[in-house]
This record gives sequence, C-alpha cells and structure tokens, in this order.
Amino acid sequence: MQRTGAQIIWESLLREGVDTVFGYPGGAILPAYDALLDYPIRHVLVRHEQGAAHMADGYARASGKVGVAVATSGPGATNLTTGIATAMLDSIPTVFITGQVPSKVLGTDAFQETDVTGITLPITKHNYLVTDAHELPHVMREAFLIARSGRPGPVLVDICKDAQQQKVEFEWPETVRLPGLHEPAPPAEDDLRRAIELIEKAERPLILAGAGVIRSGSSTVLQEFAEKTGTPVALTLLGIGGFPQSHPLCLGMMGMHGEAFVNRAIQRADLLLAFGMRFDDRVTGNLKTYAPTAKKIHVEIDASEIGKNVKVDAALVSDLRAALVALTPRVPALRHDDWLAEIGDGQKETRGRDIIHQPDGGRLLAAHVIHDLWEATGGSAVVVTDVGQHQMWEAQYYKHDQPRTLITSGGLGTMGFALPAAIGAKMARPQAEVWVVAGDGGFQMTQCELATLQQEKLDIKIAVINNGFLGMVRQWQEFFYDRRYASTPMLSPDFVTLASAYGIRAHRVNRRADVIPTVDQARKFEGPVFIEFQVEQEDSVYPMVPAGSDLGAMIRRPAEAPAEVER
Amino acid sequence: MKHTLVAKVSDQPGVLNRVASLFRRRAFNIESLTVGGSETSDVSRMTIVVDTAKAPAHLVAANLRKLIPVVEVTDVTHLPTVDRDLALIRVGCAPAERAELASLVDIFRGRIVDVAQDSVIVEVTGDLEKVNGLLELLRPRGILEMVRTGKVAMVRGTVTNGNGKTAQQAQDATLGRL
Repeated sequence: MQRTGAQIIWESLLREGVDTVFGYPGGAILPAYDALLDYPIRHVLVRHEQGAAHMADGYARASGKVGVAVATSGPGATNLTTGIATAMLDSIPTVFITGQVPSKVLGTDAFQETDVTGITLPITKHNYLVTDAHELPHVMREAFLIARSGRPGPVLVDICKDAQQQKVEFEWPETVRLPGLHEPAPPAEDDLRRAIELIEKAERPLILAGAGVIRSGSSTVLQEFAEKTGTPVALTLLGIGGFPQSHPLCLGMMGMHGEAFVNRAIQRADLLLAFGMRFDDRVTGNLKTYAPTAKKIHVEIDASEIGKNVKVDAALVSDLRAALVALTPRVPALRHDDWLAEIGDGQKETRGRDIIHQPDGGRLLAAHVIHDLWEATGGSAVVVTDVGQHQMWEAQYYKHDQPRTLITSGGLGTMGFALPAAIGAKMARPQAEVWVVAGDGGFQMTQCELATLQQEKLDIKIAVINNGFLGMVRQWQEFFYDRRYASTPMLSPDFVTLASAYGIRAHRVNRRADVIPTVDQARKFEGPVFIEFQVEQEDSVYPMVPAGSDLGAMIRRPAEAPAEVER
Repeated sequence: MKHTLVAKVSDQPGVLNRVASLFRRRAFNIESLTVGGSETSDVSRMTIVVDTAKAPAHLVAANLRKLIPVVEVTDVTHLPTVDRDLALIRVGCAPAERAELASLVDIFRGRIVDVAQDSVIVEVTGDLEKVNGLLELLRPRGILEMVRTGKVAMVRGTVTNGNGKTAQQAQDATLGRL
C-alpha cells in the first residue's frame, strides 16, 4: 500500500504497540502531525519539549515499555536533549522522533536547522537521519529494537520534512538485519563456576542490587537467591523497589547518602555480588579504598561496565535474570548468622541517630514529611522525585516494596524531572496512585507542565518540599564552602496561588500534625492536588560521604550539636 | 602498551564519526586509525592502534562493540598477524645522488615513484619498524614531506601462535577472558 513518510511513522508506532506519544508540533514535523489525526494514537501536548522527553522517560520507567516523544527541528530538538541524556544515563528505552529541514537544504543553515544527529550522538544509544521515506519502515523497526535490547537506551530518528511528504510503497519489515546489535549471551559456564566457588567460600557476602534488577524483571529470582544463600541486600538509588525494603535481608540504600551501617557493611564484606549496577562514583566513594577486603562478582549485561571502575574477580556478562536463574539452583543453601548479627548491631546504632526518632522541636522536617507520606499511602504509591535533598530523603524514608514504584533521575541528576516524568508514569499506569515529590527549585524548572497535567485531566498528587533554598547545593556550601550561600536562597511564587491558577486544588502545610490529614484528604479527592510543605530551611541530608571520600568516612547527623566527621 | 584492534563496521554515513566520538568522549588514546574496504561490499574495515595506558584494551573493544554499526571487534595484539604501513616520503635529492638513494631504498624494497629536479618521492610498504628504519636513514638527507597510512593488520591463516593454539583459538581465548 502507498503511504507518505508521515503516515509510515504512525503505522510503525502502532505496530510497535505505542498508544501514547508526548510532543510539541512545529514547521519541520507538520506533515507528521497532520497525519497523526488519522491514527488512534493519543498525543499529549506538552508545554516544553524537555517535558515531552521526561514524560516518555517516566512512561517507560513506570511500565517497562518504550516511551516515545516527538518534536520539531532546531529548538524543538535541542530542548529534548536534557531528557535524552537523562534516559541515556539511566538506560531507559525511549524513541525520539524529530522533524528536520528538507533534505535539499540540509547543511545550508536553513531556518530551524540544527545538526540533531550530531548533537545527540553521545547521548543516544543510536540515532538516524532519514532523507528518503523508503528507509523509514526499517529505521523505525530498528529504532525500537535497539531501544529495548540488551542494556536499553534512547534512540533518535531525525526525519527530513520532504521524506515525511514523500509517498512510497509501505511494507512493515517483520525482521531486520542488524549484525551490530549483539543480543546478550547466556552466562558462560566457566564464569558461573568461578562465581559459585566465591559464593561458597564467602563468610561476609553482600548483594549490591541496582537498576538491572528492575529492568530485567529479576525481583523474585533475586529474593530466592538472597534467601537461599542468606545474603543481605543493599540497594543503589535506582535499585530501590527491586528488592522489598520490608524484607529482613534488605539493608536499604548504599553510597553517598546511604545509612552508615550499609556503607560499613560494604567496607567489611568479603564478597560483593554486584547485580545490575555499575559502581557509580556516588555508590563507591574513593575507589582506592572501596571494599578493600571483598572479592567482587559482577553480573552485568553491558560488557563495557566490567572493570570500568572496579576490578572484579568474576564477571557474568549476561542478562541478570538469566544469570540468577542459572546460579540459584547450583549454589548451596547457606547461612551467615554472625555476619547478619554484626550488620544488625550497626543497624541498631544507626536507628538511635535516625531523625525519625528525634523530636522535631515544633519544626516541620522534610524527612518527617516523607516518612508520614509513606505511612499515609501505605507505601504503595508510585513516587516520582526530582533531584536534590528531597530525593535523598525519599530514598531513605519512603520504603518501597515493589519494582517501578520509585521513579527518579539517578545518573544525570536532572532537576525538573519529577512533574513531567510523573505525567508519563500516570499515563502508563492510570490505576496507580502517583505522587510527585519535588523541591521548590526543581519544581520551578518544569512547572509549566501543570497545564499539561490539567489538559490531560490526570489525577496526580504533588508534594513540593519548600525550604526556600536550593537545598542540596546549600548543604554542600554549608559543609565544604564555609556556609557561603552563593545563589542558593531562592524566592518562590505563592505555590498555592500558582496551582490554583491552573485550576488545581492546593494546600499549604507547615506543622507536622497537619501532614497526614492533608495527605489523607488529597488521596480522597479524585483529581490533582498540590501540597506545599514549608519545611525547616537549613536541614541537611545525613549521613553523607563527601564526594571522592572513603565510603567509611561519613558526616553523621549530630545528636543536637553541629555535625561531626567520623573516621 | 599499544594494542591493535580490527573492527568490521557497516559502511554507512557517519560511522567514522561515531568511532571517533567514542574515543574522544571516553578519552581513549588513538595511535592510528585506518579505514578502508573489506571482502564484503557493505562492510568497511578499521585497524585501530590504541594506547592502553589509561583504559584496558578489553574496555575499548567492549565500547566499540556497543556502537550499532560496529559488527565485530578483534584484538589482534597477541595474535600472529601481517602488519603493513605505507609511507610516501619526499626527500631532497640532487640529480647526482639519485643512484645512491635508489639503492638505499631498494634495500627496504621501496621504490622511487616521482622524480623532480631537486627531490624524489619514495614509496615504502612494510611493518612499522621497517618504515621507521628507512625514515631514520632518509632523515639526514632532508625529509621535505611525508605521509603514512597508519597500520593495517590481518591475522595469519594456518600458523600457530607458539602455544600450540591456532590463531582462531588464541583469538577466542583473548576475547572470552577478561
């Protein structure tokens, strides 16, 4: 059948199972938008293309499906880039479609021309420039295949306007030839044997569970493995939800803002089992002193992560699920009671310092807000955070038991992520209770998407933790720059009035006693609700391993007096 | 040390840019990179010599394999290979010195491929050491201009690598292990 390039875009998306896209029209993508009217695909009109990229990302994180965003050439495409890079760093399967100037004028600095494939080359898994509609069916098919396969990631398809208008014979390729796309092999027998040997010998083993657990759907098999081998589990930020935090073997988050006893366990362990994580610097601290007594087993789908930051003793380059399914029946049932008792002692000591057990002195503390939100929602909400202090408090105090219930920008640390990503998440999972947890700084970066939320009539609850500062930067200034608060105090609008202007119900909370009742009230209301929590201004996230320091050297929360550094 | 990687890549626009961009972004150090045709019409072949002081060769190879147009990467450093580099060298040469120069070049199985009043162009092909050797000898005469292709390499066929392994076995062993 004859189809225009524009029609082929949507024909392809339908065949890939896409029913929702996020985008913003413009000159070079107009033929595609015109054709869209004839296809059963829901288009979410955003207020800024960065929002579209984060929505596609949030959609993918919440569902595991490929998220799709559309933009025009030039500024439309460049506005996507922050979102593309966010998806790249966290390995999120996404496809970005951009219009490009007609092929005849490519390279002439035509109106709204930008070298989009050039700009996005280092922040995509792969990208395409399409100048002829004949290429489109294959390119679209390949784009989705690449986005999903192996370690997932963003793929961009830049399509010239004349290729969108060109009419060609359309046939959907059921298979495509991609000799350079290497599907992950099953774990090698030699490597399995070496790993099993290390596991059998270990006395103080520890699992480090990362995003790969969630991406590969390994939560259940991980639980079987951990229980059979009596091995405790520490989580990376993106691993949260991959292993239930209510499980007795779950220690919680590791790294820069991980609990002291978790980091101490890493430094004391004699075997680390790194499952679908990449030894990011926020997790390891100083590499020279990282886990000095531990052998390391790295199970990772991306061979280029093996030995990148940390030298390992055994590596299984494979899909994590396949590796765990192969390993679990072959490892003996083990117990590590002494080791668990040692960790348990550290846990007790940590609890004693926990802010949850400290009096608030009449102040509203952000950690208390998150804790109460967790209680009020029964820990079952999908929480989409922004980046900063509130993000770390969320990771510490909202205990997630299910995969894909914490959606957060880890690798890139993109402020402005929360609101648009939550819109994407809600569209992927309309039945889920979705909460935005954002700071006053990050929220203002993309708050224009409140209009998108209303336009799509989405029931999303928004908690803005307002401390009047760019809190995490202020905290670094407090600790490392002699409290010189350069450009971190921040004026915000009256958030209640702002939300009201968008027709969104809004509340302001500044007392602990009002937190749970206000959250309860918001949950009962069908529709979006905005709650501004005015919290203590100069509170800090503890504990903290200063960037590049030894994992064992952390700044702990002072009992009452100023922070102490423990070595 | 220096490692030699052979990459087979789909012959499509921008593939060299992708490889170059990868090396730039990861701060991998390229000693030389050559691209040209291969036995398959839509596949180009790159020979890349990398300095592995900062990043181990397996990491460079693994990153190359992640590029979609890269079909195959082999580290041939420890395999028996035929290596070739081609150089064109313009050397200052008065007419009276031509015969002497020609015999010198001949020892290296090079050729004089162009003659001008006061200079000649010498063409020489060989492994890096041989080309370097000739260059050293020509340097006192005044090298006016020089261009080298950089190394191209191909694994030898039936010979063993000295450990009783065939080239293919040795290659599998290098790639399979960390």
